[in-house]
Amino acid sequence: MDVATYLIQCLNAVQYGLLLFLVASGLTLIFGIMGIINLAHGSFYMIGAYMAFALQPLVAQYLGGGFITTVLVCIVLAALLGYFLEWAFYSYLYTRDHLQQVLMTYGLILVFEELRSIIIDNDVHGVSAPEWLSGSIQLGDLMTYPTYRLFISAVCIIVAVFMYWLLSRTRLGMMIRAGASNREMINSLGIDINQLFRVVFALGVALAALAGAIAVPVSSVYPGMGNAVIIISFVVVVIGGIGSIKGAFIAAMLIGFVDTFGQILFPQVAGVLVYIMMATILLFKPEGLFKQG
Amino acid sequence: MNSKSRTLLMLTLVIVIAFLPMITTAYYTTLIIKVMIYSIFALSLQLLVGCTGLISLGHAAFFGVSAYAVTLLSPEFAAGNLLWLVPVAVISAMVYALITGPLALKTKGVYFIMVTLAFAQMAYYVFHDTKLGGGTDGIYLNTRPELRIGDAVLLDISSNYSFYVFTLGCLIFTWGFLTILMRSRFGAALTGIHVNEQRMRAVGYSTFGYKLTAYIVAAGFGGLAGVLYAIKDGYVNPELLSWEQSGIVLFMVILGGTSRLWGAMIGAAGLIFLQELFQSEAIFGAFAVHWHLTFGLTVIALVALMPTGLIGLPKQLSKRRGKKKPSPTVRSATVH
Repeated sequence: MDVATYLIQCLNAVQYGLLLFLVASGLTLIFGIMGIINLAHGSFYMIGAYMAFALQPLVAQYLGGGFITTVLVCIVLAALLGYFLEWAFYSYLYTRDHLQQVLMTYGLILVFEELRSIIIDNDVHGVSAPEWLSGSIQLGDLMTYPTYRLFISAVCIIVAVFMYWLLSRTRLGMMIRAGASNREMINSLGIDINQLFRVVFALGVALAALAGAIAVPVSSVYPGMGNAVIIISFVVVVIGGIGSIKGAFIAAMLIGFVDTFGQILFPQVAGVLVYIMMATILLFKPEGLFKQG
Repeated sequence: MNSKSRTLLMLTLVIVIAFLPMITTAYYTTLIIKVMIYSIFALSLQLLVGCTGLISLGHAAFFGVSAYAVTLLSPEFAAGNLLWLVPVAVISAMVYALITGPLALKTKGVYFIMVTLAFAQMAYYVFHDTKLGGGTDGIYLNTRPELRIGDAVLLDISSNYSFYVFTLGCLIFTWGFLTILMRSRFGAALTGIHVNEQRMRAVGYSTFGYKLTAYIVAAGFGGLAGVLYAIKDGYVNPELLSWEQSGIVLFMVILGGTSRLWGAMIGAAGLIFLQELFQSEAIFGAFAVHWHLTFGLTVIALVALMPTGLIGLPKQLSKRRGKKKPSPTVRSATVH
């Protein structure tokens, strides 16, 4: 491989890692703050992707908007869905043990997946990127790179910065962090903790759905796409350390590189490389790279 | 119930089950075989979840590794020999547990759930992505193995009924082995770890060794279930190792209840009958195709309504009845 190919693969790795971070950050937010192990998080990714696929014609017809509008609509709908789900199901899980959380969210996966097959179908659908994002960009003299992949990376970076700002610099972030470490305390300070958690959950769902929606032109939509992403997100969270956004970021990047270069250099064992890496890291750091608290 | 009448009851139950295929149709015989295989599978997970407090979400790996092992090792057009096929397949699952177990057991709680899930996924990809076991298409086990010593065939399980009895034998062996294990010093140590691992360590137990042993034993019995499953269907594919499979067996354990070993068997039977029910077109008509939906909703409802599982149901119901006229004893029982 020449230098240009290496550089292009590096960009691919970064893009994949960033997208993974988007999903995993929602997962670790929900676990780290609300203590719920949410197996159905991959379903939110799937829901985002399918919404982007199914709503695009409707958005064009009724709102006259294009791709960006569709993605925004998806985010809003996903947040509303998350708000509802927290109220309907997840709020009962705070006091339950992990076992029951695993099971109930497992049940939710079955429900989401089957509803998806009833509402849409079980075919694989490709979605093309909007015209202004298709094609390639000339990067330096050496190479060209698909514009859409750069767009995904840019969106993920913006969201990551936004998350950092939200959690560490705003009043909402302060309340979230306080609520995570002591639920009763913040409740007695007069902040509606239930409302706060509902917002956090909605945020987590919206992040996963956003990742799904912007990934569609690259990955297309297919049954079981949520399951594929949830396992790898768990690996991200485990390597990074549960509850640590910074850890999730670094772990996602590591996985992006290991997976992308694994598929080029060792295609035979590419599927297991990530797990071998996880095992190696856990050997030395059983609680992930950046354990919180 | 004293122990004598309990033994009598168990014996009657076993005899009734053993002769059940004489009066039922082939459909039910196959269904009961499935229930028994999953009972073994769920019992093996119960050793981890219910007895030791280790929630594994990757138990299907052992099931699948053994199922593949027995299929790959069987001769292509002749009957293999159970005498060495079963032990080798079971040991392959235990070896996989021996490799991944120490790593998984270094972690705790949610990490353990996720790490076991990830390791199972790793095994899944080995069979899914490589040509070893025919990739996603899976491979066939054309001829059922038989038990031979030299040239003498001691046990032929090619007929459905003989396989039924053989599976029942395996189930009784599993159940008996685990019951005795849990009554031994070793079992008491596992219970101690479940209740308070810190204290067990303080008392001087090497809890890691106990947990690893439990993990490997559980893998062995999970593997036994996988072997039986491969023989039953004569076909294996990567779905046997999928995390849906791990989820289902975990759900069986929870559905039955984790406070007793046999809860797993109740859960396995309950869940398979639920699946059959929701897949039945006679009851649900065309909607039976979407049985995942009804099944998923049932899972959610059961978890919400029955935190102690099926075996806790009688107690839960009597508690609810008692709630109408609250007494101090009832109130203290509901508070945990």
